[in-house]
Amino acid sequence: MDFYFSQFLTGLAGAASLFLVASGLSIIFGVTRIVNFAHGAFYMAGAYIAWSLTERLEGAVGFWGGLVIAAIAVAALGALVEIVLLRRIYHAPELFQLLATFGVTLVFQDLAVMIWGPEDLVGRRAPGLRGAVDVFGQAIPAYDLFLIVLGPTVLGLLWLLFHKTRFGVLVRAATQDRDMVAALGVNQKWLFTAVFALGVFLAALGGALQLPRGGVNHAMDLQIIVEVFVVVVVGGLGSVPGAFVAALLVSELNAFGILVLPQVSLVLVFLVMAVVLVIRPFGLFGRPEGPARASVSATVRPWQPLGTSGRVLAVAAIAAAACLPLVAGNYILAVGSELLIFALFAASLQFIMSTGGLVSFGHAAYFGLGAYGAALVTKAFGLPMLGGIASGVALASIGAVVFGWFCVRLTGVYLAMLTLAFAQIAWSVAFQWTAVTGGDNGILGVWPDGWASRPGAFYWLCLTAAALGIAALRVVVFSPFGFAMRALRDSPLRSEAIGIDRKRTQWTAFVIAGAAAGLAGALFAYLKGSVFPDTLGIPTSVDGLVMVLLGGVETVSGAVIGAILFRALTIFLMSYTDASKLVLGLLIIVLVVAFPRGVVGTLSGLLARLGARPSATPAMAGSGQARGGTP
Amino acid sequence: MDTRRTILTGMALGAGMAALPALAQQGEIKIGEINSYSGLPAFTEPYRKGLQLAAEEVNAKGGVLGKKLVVITKDDAGKPADAVTAANELVSRDEVAMIAGAFFSNVGLALADYAKQKKIFYLAGEPLTDAMVWSSGNRYTFRLRPSNYMQAAMLAEEAAKLPAKKWATIAPNYEYGQSAVKVFKELLSKKRPDIEWVGEQWPPQGKIDAGPVVQAIAALKPDAILNVTFGPDLIKLVREGNTRGLFKGRSVVSFLTGEPEYMDPLKDETPEGWLVTGYPWNNVKTPEHEAFLKAYQAKFNDYPRLGSIVGYSLVNAAAAIIQKAGSTDTEKMIEAARGISFDTPFGKATFRAIDQQSTLGAFVGKTGVKDGKGVMVDPVYRDGADYLPSDDEVKKMRPQD
Repeated sequence: MDFYFSQFLTGLAGAASLFLVASGLSIIFGVTRIVNFAHGAFYMAGAYIAWSLTERLEGAVGFWGGLVIAAIAVAALGALVEIVLLRRIYHAPELFQLLATFGVTLVFQDLAVMIWGPEDLVGRRAPGLRGAVDVFGQAIPAYDLFLIVLGPTVLGLLWLLFHKTRFGVLVRAATQDRDMVAALGVNQKWLFTAVFALGVFLAALGGALQLPRGGVNHAMDLQIIVEVFVVVVVGGLGSVPGAFVAALLVSELNAFGILVLPQVSLVLVFLVMAVVLVIRPFGLFGRPEGPARASVSATVRPWQPLGTSGRVLAVAAIAAAACLPLVAGNYILAVGSELLIFALFAASLQFIMSTGGLVSFGHAAYFGLGAYGAALVTKAFGLPMLGGIASGVALASIGAVVFGWFCVRLTGVYLAMLTLAFAQIAWSVAFQWTAVTGGDNGILGVWPDGWASRPGAFYWLCLTAAALGIAALRVVVFSPFGFAMRALRDSPLRSEAIGIDRKRTQWTAFVIAGAAAGLAGALFAYLKGSVFPDTLGIPTSVDGLVMVLLGGVETVSGAVIGAILFRALTIFLMSYTDASKLVLGLLIIVLVVAFPRGVVGTLSGLLARLGARPSATPAMAGSGQARGGTP
Repeated sequence: MDTRRTILTGMALGAGMAALPALAQQGEIKIGEINSYSGLPAFTEPYRKGLQLAAEEVNAKGGVLGKKLVVITKDDAGKPADAVTAANELVSRDEVAMIAGAFFSNVGLALADYAKQKKIFYLAGEPLTDAMVWSSGNRYTFRLRPSNYMQAAMLAEEAAKLPAKKWATIAPNYEYGQSAVKVFKELLSKKRPDIEWVGEQWPPQGKIDAGPVVQAIAALKPDAILNVTFGPDLIKLVREGNTRGLFKGRSVVSFLTGEPEYMDPLKDETPEGWLVTGYPWNNVKTPEHEAFLKAYQAKFNDYPRLGSIVGYSLVNAAAAIIQKAGSTDTEKMIEAARGISFDTPFGKATFRAIDQQSTLGAFVGKTGVKDGKGVMVDPVYRDGADYLPSDDEVKKMRPQD
């Protein structure tokens, strides 16, 4: 009994540090709708700066002061990022800010190593809270008790701030309906900046408070970011008490779960999220979001199938690509194959995101299932490559059928996070089920058959698959089914009123996208010769999102360009510099500012503007429409 | 290959290192090295210094086969798929004689399988998985570091002498942790049938929630604990364990903790009396190591980590293999490498012909604190050759070609 009580207290302490970081993310998302990928980076920056300060400042005042100063300094940095970068792109399409904050994260990662060195740093113990306190015969660190008190205190202070101050009232109003708040004449700019700085402050404080629990290292940003997202979503977006309860739930389930199943930490948070979202589609304390006013602003200029000149161009591009094996060496051909595979993967994600309006944070699931499907039958039955590819597509489709059935019951970011939960569950199965999947040692020896083993032949195979796959997706987009998807995206109520079956249509779209991603994944397995769980992992999903956003989420197939650009840059930078993340992050930030609707989106918008008559120009100008009030 | 590219290669070789002069192509033998440079700088920075020092020494003595030895390094971002891309570039563009390196086991396995498919010589440095030379072994792959099995055998030998009967384990939940625990348990139980395994904890790698883990292990009241966590997880585990008194009155056996990479960050909180494998860089008094240490400190004004030893020995092994083969033909290099002896700062090591694992060993000792820093007390070098299974056992595990 004593042991269980102390385990409970330990869980409480973990919940408190998780809550601090999660509450900041929740506040930022609630008001600005920014999916702040850089939240983990600010958390890490808080820890590093606090480490530097506490190493230099003396005594208890120095220590605690150091933590707070670090959090304030990082909050100022956050405000700067908001003013300089994010303000420029609030009118960009949904989720575009994710791309910008992803760039910021990459930059921070390399900077942290450059400034604080590669080695892990150990934090000081908190003055006055060094030892342990005896609680029913069990030693509980005094610092844990401090955290247990701190969590509810911060929750209380936030409650006071939101309910007793004018700023708080505005924040809550903006969380519910920010267009209305803007219409009432509130200066949104400073409200957003203040909220962003407050959220970053909480993240940095959460990071700084980690010092006495261990230390600082340059991977801690990515270790926490996904977990806090889960906490925010489980609690309900924008709900601070929800985040508190969710943090408590996750931490306690982990503390007691490991007693029964020591491996459970690997997947626990995602299991919790999947269960909560299936039962409560808006999290524990979330409310249904108000009706979307304008989802994708592409509605301003409806999509058109390629005209004659467009088709000629596309065919010419494919023909040119097909000539590559005549001039290029093996390495370029392998890179070319990889670019084509990712073009198909990104196109499949774009299909579900842009046409279907269903954002997926877990698209790697289908890519990875495709790779595993191919690898497993190759190893188990010795099937030839085409059979392996077919199995990969089949396994990915089955995955999409199962996951999609649950996901289409949800909307918006909740749907996106449920796709992530399923992808992580699939990942953990691949990771843990060593007998079948080989665990993280993967499946080796998945090489193409003789006829496709030359890099040139395999490249042609990839080109064929990518060209046909992308063309097929475009055909679907402009088919009656595609129109039904777009109708549901733009106005679900009206579409259902005219008899479009929402769930069935979106479910089918999920399966189509999953199958295409599976094809890409299967080809990837044969390109690399081996399959590992990271094909199913979060970084693969994030890469997919980055490709779509970079290409332009409002375009039909801009993701193809986004994929080629992003992947080629990554490969090139990794080959030529060790600071590839720094350079890539800066490039992404530049691209985000230069092409606020994605590379293809912005360029095609410019072209359309040039082609249009002057009188038509204002309607095309886009930026004002993005968040505007279409009826 | 123009001058610009050579200079870029030189840049890739590292901070602080002058760009290589443009050399005539025929005068070079290139080794293509792949590692997690961007993801694991704590290991790769000293490692790269080791590579660099050894390459300079080899070239100062006239290179290999009368040519200059050049090491080209590429980043794999910690991902097997990206490592294969890098290998492709090194093999088809840079026309390297062999590929080498890797840190993570899955990256190493992906490269080993690539080597087998493309018939390229692969000299693995750091990856520890036993699969590399046994269950997934192939004739193109040689591995330098003492494997998981060897380190487990070294530790189990000492652990068997402890009076402890009830053991609990803490290991990161991935292949390395799993196989370390499995082999250690097997070997220790064989020596000590009276031992009881009372429980285990499997925190995710890099994401340990140390408080509950420590509490859960303490509740089992074991006499001894096996730890396999390292890096940031180890720091958190040690701090929580110290505060909660987990290690008081208990024996602890710990993989890799004596390596400077993992011990140095702990400073004065380094737990005392843990039985560990590692590298006590300031306490190895052999002539080979003294010479290495002197050269290393003179060149970099820093002390070596275990990564430096791996990098240095890797280049020495590669040079010895090419020299003996008399060419960079893959088959000839394989023939030459089987049974070859090469120099390391720990003395001579040999690649066994039976499984192509090197006999490089490790130091076993106890942890202690001296002048506020973690040190290894009474370290003893264990020759890897003494901790490998017999030929018959290897034949059963390794696919024969």
